[in-house]
Amino acid sequence: MIPAAVDYVRADSAEAAIAALAEAGDEAKLLAGGQSLVPLMRLRLATPSVLVDIGRLDGLSGISIEGDTVGIGALTTHSTLEHSADLAAACPLLAHVAGQVGDPAVRHRGTLGGSLAHADPASDLPAAVLALGGTLVVAGPGGSREIAATDFFTGFLESALGADELLTEVRVPVSTGGWCYQKFNRRAQDWAIVGVAVAEGGAGVALVNMGSTPMRAAGVEAAVAGGASAVDAAAVAADGTEPPTDNNADGDYRAHLSRVLTERALTAAGA
Amino acid sequence: MEVSVTVNGIARSADVEPRTLLVHYLRDVLGLTGTNVGCDTSSCGACTVLVDGRSAKSCTLLAAQVDGADVTTIEGLAGADGLHPMQQAFHECHALQCGYCTPGMVMAAVSLTDEYDDLDAAGVREGLEGNLCRCTGYQNIVAAVLAAGE
Ligand SMILES: Cc1cc2nc3c(=O)[nH]c(=O)nc-3n(C[C@H](O)[C@H](O)[C@H](O)COP(=O)(O)OP(=O)(O)OC[C@H]3O[C@@H](n4cnc5c(N)ncnc54)[C@H](O)[C@@H]3O)c2cc1C
Ligand code: FES
Ligand code: FES
Repeated sequence: MIPAAVDYVRADSAEAAIAALAEAGDEAKLLAGGQSLVPLMRLRLATPSVLVDIGRLDGLSGISIEGDTVGIGALTTHSTLEHSADLAAACPLLAHVAGQVGDPAVRHRGTLGGSLAHADPASDLPAAVLALGGTLVVAGPGGSREIAATDFFTGFLESALGADELLTEVRVPVSTGGWCYQKFNRRAQDWAIVGVAVAEGGAGVALVNMGSTPMRAAGVEAAVAGGASAVDAAAVAADGTEPPTDNNADGDYRAHLSRVLTERALTAAGA
Repeated sequence: MEVSVTVNGIARSADVEPRTLLVHYLRDVLGLTGTNVGCDTSSCGACTVLVDGRSAKSCTLLAAQVDGADVTTIEGLAGADGLHPMQQAFHECHALQCGYCTPGMVMAAVSLTDEYDDLDAAGVREGLEGNLCRCTGYQNIVAAVLAAGE
């Protein structure tokens, strides 16, 4: 299908993008890689009045490592993350998870910032950033602010981003301790039916598709911190979650999967 | 809006609506109908082209997003001296039946073998997971991609 008619503005700086959003009002949408937004527009599930294309912004793309922190520009593609030797050394979980997203064509265009801003509970990268305890840097008319990943996802496809704000950078700590990403799906290139990301031997654990937002598995993290075995810690993976029922799986099955996958991930990560 | 793209080495330009998908720009505006549309959900890969040398689903990009870019479609793959090695390998390995998926499959395969070194059969299958073929059962497609890499 063909998207509904829309106006288009190409922003060449973050300031220009923020100004364009402010001017266009509530029905405006930022366009990065388009790998989530264009499919929604084609199905007319999204009908923005104006697209503010940030795909060409200079300076919002790339990976820099300073001390204990990895800074990643919001427009860095999944493909760049997947192939970065620096990222593989400093934060192998994130590089690996980027390579698990969709298929190569999607990874060539889709961006880390777009994946986080889209706030889909079924997406892979939000869980990795949550497990790593990342921070999101956001720019708006009044300057820039930082939002902890744990505070960023507020509802189904909803985030703490304001309508006139732009995600500019994602920061994660250098993290080379035991890690694992378990993604369970049945169809090629598909989203996870359930996924589990584990960082630093189980200090950070996050779940994919186990509720209305990407979420941290705080109970599992606490159990690991308290010295529980991988089996015992994984037993609480579904506690407090409200996993969705859809044509891939019902909620009980997802709860079961989350325990099995968490145990596998914790074991692989050396918990 | 004016969208200018270099397609198969030739500078093209057209005044299109912002909502125009790249695949429609290629097919309906430029008349390059080698690139197919096989789904509404960005999942089949029949529309795969190269944008600046890397595979992309042309149904999942606005033409406006690739303004100024270099696009290669299946029509642009063969050189003066005949088929591209990937096309030749598809031909020799009988990697197509109805042929509907083939333009996208070939473009995805060209990008894949350029992007990843040392691909084995499993790597080719995974790398082509965004391209669906309803005829061949993939066996000969995988054989062709491996053969082209040799
Ligand atoms: C066939 C297919 C398979 C896929 N499979 C997977 C999968 O297995 N796992 C997975 O996790 N994802 C998957 N995806 C989604 C993919 O990861 C998207 O690339 C990603 O979710 C969105 O990034 P984008 O840059 O394309 O964002 P866009 O589509 O351009 O934008 C998405 C949303 O984020 C907003 N936005 C974008 N950038 C910013 C920014 N810097 N600041 C503020 N807001 C912003 C937009 O306004 C829009 O609302 C798949 C997509 C396709 C088409
Ligand atoms: S037409 Fe099916 S992915 Fe583009
Ligand atoms: S040859 Fe018919 S769909 Fe692939």
